[in-house]
Amino acid sequence: MATEILSGKVHVNTTINGESTDFLAEPRESLLEVLRETLGLTGAKEGCNDGNCGACNVIMDGRLVNSCCVLAVEAGGADVTTIEGIAGPSGLHPLQEKFLEHAALQCGVCTPGFLVSAKAMLDENPDPTEDEVRWWLAGNLCRCTGYDKIVRAVLDAAASMRGEG
Amino acid sequence: MHAISYAAPTTVADAVSILAEHGANARMLAGGTDLIVQVREKLRDTTVFVDAKHIPDLTQLTVNADGSATLGAAVPCHQIYGDDAIVAQYPALVDACRIIGSTGIQGRASVGGNLCNSGPAGDTIPPLIVHGAVANIAGANGERTLAVEDFCTGPSRNVLGDDELLVSLTLPKPADGSGSHYLRFIPRNEMDIAEVGAGAAVTLDGDTITAARVSIGAVAPTPLFVAAAGEALIGQTAGEAAYEVAANIARDAASPINDMRGTIAHRKHLSFVLTQRALRGAVARARGMEVGHGH
Repeated sequence: MATEILSGKVHVNTTINGESTDFLAEPRESLLEVLRETLGLTGAKEGCNDGNCGACNVIMDGRLVNSCCVLAVEAGGADVTTIEGIAGPSGLHPLQEKFLEHAALQCGVCTPGFLVSAKAMLDENPDPTEDEVRWWLAGNLCRCTGYDKIVRAVLDAAASMRGEG
Repeated sequence: MHAISYAAPTTVADAVSILAEHGANARMLAGGTDLIVQVREKLRDTTVFVDAKHIPDLTQLTVNADGSATLGAAVPCHQIYGDDAIVAQYPALVDACRIIGSTGIQGRASVGGNLCNSGPAGDTIPPLIVHGAVANIAGANGERTLAVEDFCTGPSRNVLGDDELLVSLTLPKPADGSGSHYLRFIPRNEMDIAEVGAGAAVTLDGDTITAARVSIGAVAPTPLFVAAAGEALIGQTAGEAAYEVAANIARDAASPINDMRGTIAHRKHLSFVLTQRALRGAVARARGMEVGHGH
């Protein structure tokens, strides 16, 4: 059977932050556009819209991705975690706590992307070196902080999640 | 973007029939990190995205019984550097996959996509060339294979016809005593496009080089296979004198342009220096030593 070519509004079912989610999207729409404009999940930000800044980062099927560079229709059947799904029922995620504690943000536009990226890293590597943190987060741009407080916050959160410090 | 449609074929034959029907307006979509941005910025007239990621032949990474590897065209970078067998056999390709874009880009971007994007600075192309990779292509008139060094024909141009797609890449098994390395020079510390990139693969018998391939990127309309640089190394003792001869050949082969990333003179100089360094790294790895991946 020939493959159907989909156009207009396409029905997509995906899992977002643990909940089965249905939406309609045109093939041209990015996952970022659907998250923000269709689903009201405005934590992911549009910075550059071309994969450079990381402000729109989400975790899709266990991998960190730039949601501006994913078509929403590609997310069918995927498991997506956005910044809205990072905190637990009992409160903020340790990364969020440590960003506050270390004042690792100023304007805050890049912060959701940093938090999602850092979570993806700690899911894979609970004990990163400073060098590893800096390379992993190289795709997240911040124009306020100079990065140092962010890196310290991530290292501190990692230590706290390991039960140290 | 203008009206866009999307198809997710599950077989190569279905993908070929869509490409054949829609011609130049249809394009295979792997990681999308180039294609989606290019379409959004109106750099391409693509109106049909053909998702490569539901076709098993394009998503599998396998080490074959004969020791060669088959890399599906849509396999993302992270899967390549996460595979111990691939890391052991094809370290130059792994070097490139670890430095291309960011962690988020590497989560989606594929080596096959990088090749099909055919940028002169595509980081994975010199490694594919030094590994002797062959492109497996399918189209309306059947299948064909082509050495990767013959794939790109100009900036953003390649041999693929409108009805053709890259299915996979076959990487031959490296001989015993082989090592390889890729590195690049970028004006920033990370997240940039190569001003020059260089890859080298060598095979040693004791201290004697018995096989070598060199490829440089971002110094010509396509990534260059500098066959003469590799040939000059054969029968030589691995060491600085030999590397210098090969690096001079690479510099002479480079025909770069001036642009925002660098000048002709600097790129010629880098072609020499990076070829030397790529050879040092390849030889070190052939001897079983650890070499960083160019961060």
